Amino acid sequence: MELEPNDVQRAVEETARAYARERLAPAAAENDRRARFPTDLVRGLGEMGLLAVNVPASLGGSEAGAVAYALAVMQIAQADCSVAVTMAVTNMVAEAITRFGTDRARNHFVPRIASGEAIAGAFGLSEPQSGSDAGALRTRATRRDGRWVLEGEKQWITSGDVAGAVVVWARTDPGSTGAKGVSAFVVEGGAKGLSVGRHEEKMGVRASSTVSLALDGVEVEDWAVLGTPGDGFRIALAALDGGRIGIASQAAGTIRAALDASLRYAKDRKAFGVSIAEHQAVAFMLADMAVEADTARLLALRAAALKEAGLPFSREAAMAKLWGSEAAQRAVNRAVQIHGGYGYTAEFPVERLFRDARVQTIYEGTSEVQRMVIARDLLRDPI
Amino acid sequence: MDVRLTDEQQQVRDLCREFAAKELQPNARRWDEKHEFPREAVRKLAEMGLMGVAVPAEWGGAGMDSLSYALAMEEISRGCAGTGVIMSAHNSLYCDPLLRFGSDDQKREWLAPFARGEKLGCFALTEPMSGSDAAEMRTVAARKGPDYVLDGSKNYITNGPQADAMLIFAMTDRAKGHRGISAFIVPTDWKGLVRGKPDDKVGIRASGSCTVFLEQCAVPERFRLGQEGEGFKIAMATLDGGRIGIGAQAVGIARAAFEEATAYAKERHAFGQPISQFQAIQFMLADMATEIDAARLLVWRAATMKDRHVRHTAESAMAKLFASEMSERVTSKALQIHGGLGYMRECDAERHWRDSRITEIYEGTSEIQRVVISSTLLKG
Repeated sequence: MELEPNDVQRAVEETARAYARERLAPAAAENDRRARFPTDLVRGLGEMGLLAVNVPASLGGSEAGAVAYALAVMQIAQADCSVAVTMAVTNMVAEAITRFGTDRARNHFVPRIASGEAIAGAFGLSEPQSGSDAGALRTRATRRDGRWVLEGEKQWITSGDVAGAVVVWARTDPGSTGAKGVSAFVVEGGAKGLSVGRHEEKMGVRASSTVSLALDGVEVEDWAVLGTPGDGFRIALAALDGGRIGIASQAAGTIRAALDASLRYAKDRKAFGVSIAEHQAVAFMLADMAVEADTARLLALRAAALKEAGLPFSREAAMAKLWGSEAAQRAVNRAVQIHGGYGYTAEFPVERLFRDARVQTIYEGTSEVQRMVIARDLLRDPI
Repeated sequence: MDVRLTDEQQQVRDLCREFAAKELQPNARRWDEKHEFPREAVRKLAEMGLMGVAVPAEWGGAGMDSLSYALAMEEISRGCAGTGVIMSAHNSLYCDPLLRFGSDDQKREWLAPFARGEKLGCFALTEPMSGSDAAEMRTVAARKGPDYVLDGSKNYITNGPQADAMLIFAMTDRAKGHRGISAFIVPTDWKGLVRGKPDDKVGIRASGSCTVFLEQCAVPERFRLGQEGEGFKIAMATLDGGRIGIGAQAVGIARAAFEEATAYAKERHAFGQPISQFQAIQFMLADMATEIDAARLLVWRAATMKDRHVRHTAESAMAKLFASEMSERVTSKALQIHGGLGYMRECDAERHWRDSRITEIYEGTSEIQRVVISSTLLKG
């Protein structure tokens, strides 16, 4: 049992911390206000090795493991949750292609994602009428002249407009229903027939890009299939297990940022002759935020450590994501409360944190979906 | 970062789990009803080395690390929370300070037989008018020739009715406030030490607690633990470890409630299916399991920090605070899942709910833990 990061993990964390502090933090408020995707800053993550943290060096990754990855996301999220989600999805895509892609797909996409050349990776699972119930998805892939032709529509696709690589899930067996007969393809950004629809106007994580994608006769070759045809749903679930560690880490970083901002403010702000931190009502809120920051961090790191050790981690990732994202709601709410009127204005960062946190209980599986995952698992094996 | 237990730690956990299932769980309700001290079970704990878990073999203990102690506490408390606190008070609050602050002579006399489980120890800090605010304590130890004369009273002393010796805190110099507190080891058959009748408690009824009266209780200097004025330091350092134990106890209680609620939900049918198939029940179970895991990680983190000998005051407080409040929520949900049955004495769910309540109070209330955590944050 070792709950502290090792030297390699600390080094990655430190790289992320420095980048977050020096590059991301100064730009975060303005990018949020203008809903501007910071292309250079995301590319810069690639230069730091943070877009493919848990990917082999032979494919351009940092090969630093799942724990280092979680620690890095926490640091990035402390400065900018938008960049953190872009980073998390990109790492998830890089890992999925590494794990399930053909050699050609790996060599073609992963080094470009890792370096930042591809800017980002996108995960095209959700559709207007299907989210976590991926069995209901309607996008089709049909065979024509030895190629796959994709037709359909995807929604809520993070980085869908900027990504150099988009993983798209589609039904390859037209007679199939539910989760069977779904396959995963990796599509080049800007491929013919792939068009970007609506840019969502979001309440938070506004410096990340969320779009709908139309697939109108997008052709891909066999080497772009992840796993084997029909394997898509399993691949999606496996990728999401890891993805949840990313969002759990983002949430842990959010709580830490809320706590740090609140501590600074509460020490500075005076009321009734003392700093408000000396009023027990405020001090106790800070204590509770600190406990929640640590629980969220430990749950995320536990799931990451299990993943890294090659052990099952699906239940643990769902727990980390569920707990972290819900604890983040409480933390940002307390942070705004501690800041009083100032917390409700854009003058202080907690206003942005309050909005950014809200999506964490929704994306990559809502809290309700996490509870389904956990309950199913524990009814089989309660301890 | 590695969340796996070592083989040795797994063995400790499995051994304790088996013992709890066989020896504690079947008797826990009876002990609770009769307010009965589980003498035979405590003797067996001693045979397993669990009455001196962290004490090195040379002083009669099992020489295990703090993480193993936390694992053992969780499992024993999962079987019987009262037995858990007997073990916790003895190990964390008596053996630990003796090991850390005792002289070799004191360890020989006051630690070894206790760590071997031949004798039972306890910790007497709380008084009728002072708990966590130890500087307000009224018990005094006045120097009289070669002796100290102790006068005052202590209450809610866990293991008090059964203990063979007590670690008692008293003022040797009131003017110095908490720096005027000193610690003394006093055998319970010593002249001037009188025990009141056992307290009638809401939960953890297998463990006994009582008031202790000190009336012109003259003890020799060799009974003093540490230096004069070191008592507060000893008490606080002891509580850092004690809170890990209570955190683990709270996790054990919650796990008992959770496991039983899960089993019940699979058996009990309503509207044509087991209630475990209803999302309302599933989601309660999912939340319970998640909170239990979060609490356990906090406990393990504090324990591994103690093992590395780094300061863990805030981390122990976090573990104790979160685990105890989690335990109250989880045991309450478990009772809810059992419906009307859960409210009945025949069902263990109500006992877990009662047992969990004290974990938010003893060894520093939740409020005191928040004071400890927030003052650390504000200093940092």
